[in-house]
Order: sequence, then C-alpha cells, then structure tokens
Amino acid sequence: MKRINTPLTEKVIAALKAGDEVLLSGIVLTARDQAHLRLMEIIKDRGELPIDLKGQIVYYCGPAPAGPGRVIGSCGPTTSSRMDRFTPYVLEAGVKGMIGKGRRSFEVRKSIKRRKAVYFVAPAGAGAYLSEKVKACRVRAFEDLGPEAIYELEVEDFPLIVAIDMKGNDIYGEF
Amino acid sequence: MIEDGIMGNRQVDITEIRNTVKDLSIEANTVLRSDVLEAIQGFYDRESNASAKNMLKVLITNAALAREKQLALCQDTGMVAVFIDIGKDVSITGGNITDAVNDGVKEAYSKGHFRKSVVNDPILRDNTGTNTPAVVHIDIVDGDKVGISVMPKGFGAENKGTLAMLEPTAGCERIIDFCVETVKAAGPDACPPYVLGVGIGGTMEKCAMLAKKALLRPLDQANPQPHIAKLENEIKEKVNALKIGIMGLGGISTVMGVAVETAPTHIAGLPVAVNLSCHALRSASRIL
Repeated sequence: MKRINTPLTEKVIAALKAGDEVLLSGIVLTARDQAHLRLMEIIKDRGELPIDLKGQIVYYCGPAPAGPGRVIGSCGPTTSSRMDRFTPYVLEAGVKGMIGKGRRSFEVRKSIKRRKAVYFVAPAGAGAYLSEKVKACRVRAFEDLGPEAIYELEVEDFPLIVAIDMKGNDIYGEF
Repeated sequence: MIEDGIMGNRQVDITEIRNTVKDLSIEANTVLRSDVLEAIQGFYDRESNASAKNMLKVLITNAALAREKQLALCQDTGMVAVFIDIGKDVSITGGNITDAVNDGVKEAYSKGHFRKSVVNDPILRDNTGTNTPAVVHIDIVDGDKVGISVMPKGFGAENKGTLAMLEPTAGCERIIDFCVETVKAAGPDACPPYVLGVGIGGTMEKCAMLAKKALLRPLDQANPQPHIAKLENEIKEKVNALKIGIMGLGGISTVMGVAVETAPTHIAGLPVAVNLSCHALRSASRIL
C-alpha cells in the first residue's frame, strides 16, 4: 500500500497508475454540486476565488455534522459525474486531485490528461469508516451552503484507489 | 370496551407515532439491516477478487463502527419515506399524523447528527434544515394495529431509478431487459452491490410505489407468487452477469437482491419501475 502526502506534486502524480491503492495524508477540500456551480461562475467571470485552489485536492463530499467529541460526521464520497461539467474549470484554477466515486466523462478524462491531474475513488457508502480518517475539519468557504460548503479536512491514511491517472488511463474504461 | 356504539376502538396517540418514527429513523441510519449485512458477508466469503474483497470488508467494518458509535452508515442520510398502515379499528388521537411523522424525523436527524439533505422547493432549493418533510404514505388496513416503516433513501441510487410504460404485449423478456438497462446505466456510480425494488402494473404512480415498497422486503424472501419469484431470479441472474461489482471492481457483488411487487393494470399498459438501492439499504419497522 503506497502512502502519499499533500501537496500532490507532479512527481507524485506521475508515479500514480490507474488501479493503484494508496493511503493519503494531508489536506483535502470538500466541494460538491452547489460549491462547484459557484466556483465555475467565479472562474468564468475571472473573479476572486474564496480560496486558492492551486495544488489542492477536491473531495466530492457533503459531510454529516459532527456528534459530540467528534471532528466530523460520516463523510463518504458523492457521485462524481454530477461534477463533470464543472471540472475543466476547477482544473484550470489549479486543482490537482479529485476524490469521489463512480465514472467520469470523456471530457473530464481529457482535462485530467491535459492538466496532469489525478482522480481517485474512495470507498463508497462507508461514511462512518472514513470519518475516522479525518483528524480536523473547518469550514473555508460558502458556509451558507451547510453540508455543501467547502470544508478543509486534515486526513490521515485515507484509503483511495487511483481511478484516472495522469495519462488518462481509467479503471472504468470498459463501462 | 364499548364507547359510543363503536366496538373495539383502539386509540393511538400521535406522541407514540412521533417517538416511534424518531427511534426508527435513528435505527435505520445507524444499524444496517441484518439481511443486508448477511448478504454483504456472504459476498465477502465467496469473493475471489482481492480488491473487491477488501472493499466488502470495509463495508462490514463500517457497519460495525456505525452501530457501535451510533454514526450514520452513510453521510447521505437521505430523504425519508415513511409507510404507515393504520388498522381500521384504530383511532389516531392528539393531532395530525403527518405532522407527528415529520416531528419524529426532525428529532431523529437532530439527535443523531444526521445530514439535513432536504430542500423546500425543487427550483428554489433552500435547505429546510430539518430533513423534513418526509414523504408519507398512509394506508388503511384491517385490524387494530399501526404498522410503521421508515426508509431513509439516499439519492445517489434514487437518482438512477427508472420507470417505463411498456407495451402490454412486451412480456417478461422486455421487463428483464429494462432492469438490466437500468443497472447497466448506473454502472458503479450508485454504490453496488445493489438491491432492486421492481414494480410491475398499476398506474404510473402506483407502479413507482410498488418499486419503493418492494425494498422493504427481507432479501431472502421471494415473492409468494411462483411466476413472479421466477422473474425475480431471472432478473437477478441477468443483472449479476453485468459483473459490475462493488466499486465497479468486478467480481460477484453486483446485485444482492431483487424484489418484484405487482398490481392489476390496464389492458393497454405494462408500467414497470425500478427503484434502485445502494448497498446501504436502510429501513426499520415496528408494529404498534
């Protein structure tokens, strides 16, 4: 099992191959439908982003609220394909990694290749299990969106599978 | 007891309804249904694909963790469907039953620290902050009991549900194909291993209901009608042949159950609905 840390450098990304199982430690930013919609609008208008996306990993996740004594509630991945149309913009703004579940479109695969990024999938529907891998959580942007806000998560040994690597190889290529 | 000439009129107060809905909502979200866990364990025991086996183990670990620490099995604690069967000898006292159900859900989602995933209007989309309203289905049945089933439905799989108004002469082959097409279109995206709730017959809305209600049935229970039980097996065989597997990694774990519910329908129609469930099929029931 390969261990990788953020920030994802090009060297680290280049060494990841579709199908690799890795454990990620470091910082990820949650963002899903509504946050992506807002980010895309800002990027299109060349406005100021609420947070610098360069080099970041975006995690498609709307977490459950934290119970007493916990950092975060259940926080598994949501369906990535709903973020497909926003992804070329977000990669243009410098995002280097994405974590979600399920397939991506051909356009996204092309963008990943072009921007030398990587797409991971996390265990789907195991939100309680994944919440134990989160050591810290704070809201960074779009707080009004509640669970759809951008949260900064500090993760330790977060289990991932490389789904689309920098070369555009896709574990779901046959679907 | 005879009162005002009404025989055996049993009173159930909405407080009991509210508390039951609250308890069932928390249970459904934190304790994986035993038949579902058993099916996942069965896949784990028989799976030879190493990556798929690892992922199945994660689900088993997740279920244990959720139960032990009262955490939501999945962060998508869903939009709640509630089915209430009220015996005709029951009289509900103390207020409006739908309000009681919504209060129960609201309390559960607050107490359980579950995600609030319901918006007030599909266009305006302001979060209600309470995970209500629930979708409440009420039936009057024989007897003096109140049956309550709570099903929080995550929308990853709900979004991959389908409904078609087939031609009346379409036949079983077409029905099976429709189910296969539904699962094929979902692929790995809606968290297999899946459970299929299939409705056949009725009118359009009745058919959709049948498909959702079918998901309440224990996985090891076949439809009591032999020709439908046979159809369930055929659908299950054909969709498992897609070999999608958990996380789309291949292997044996594409579908863990198919439940078909039927109803009489029109001579010109054959409505078919597939309500897809992910592996976190959540429901809890109680009889008052």
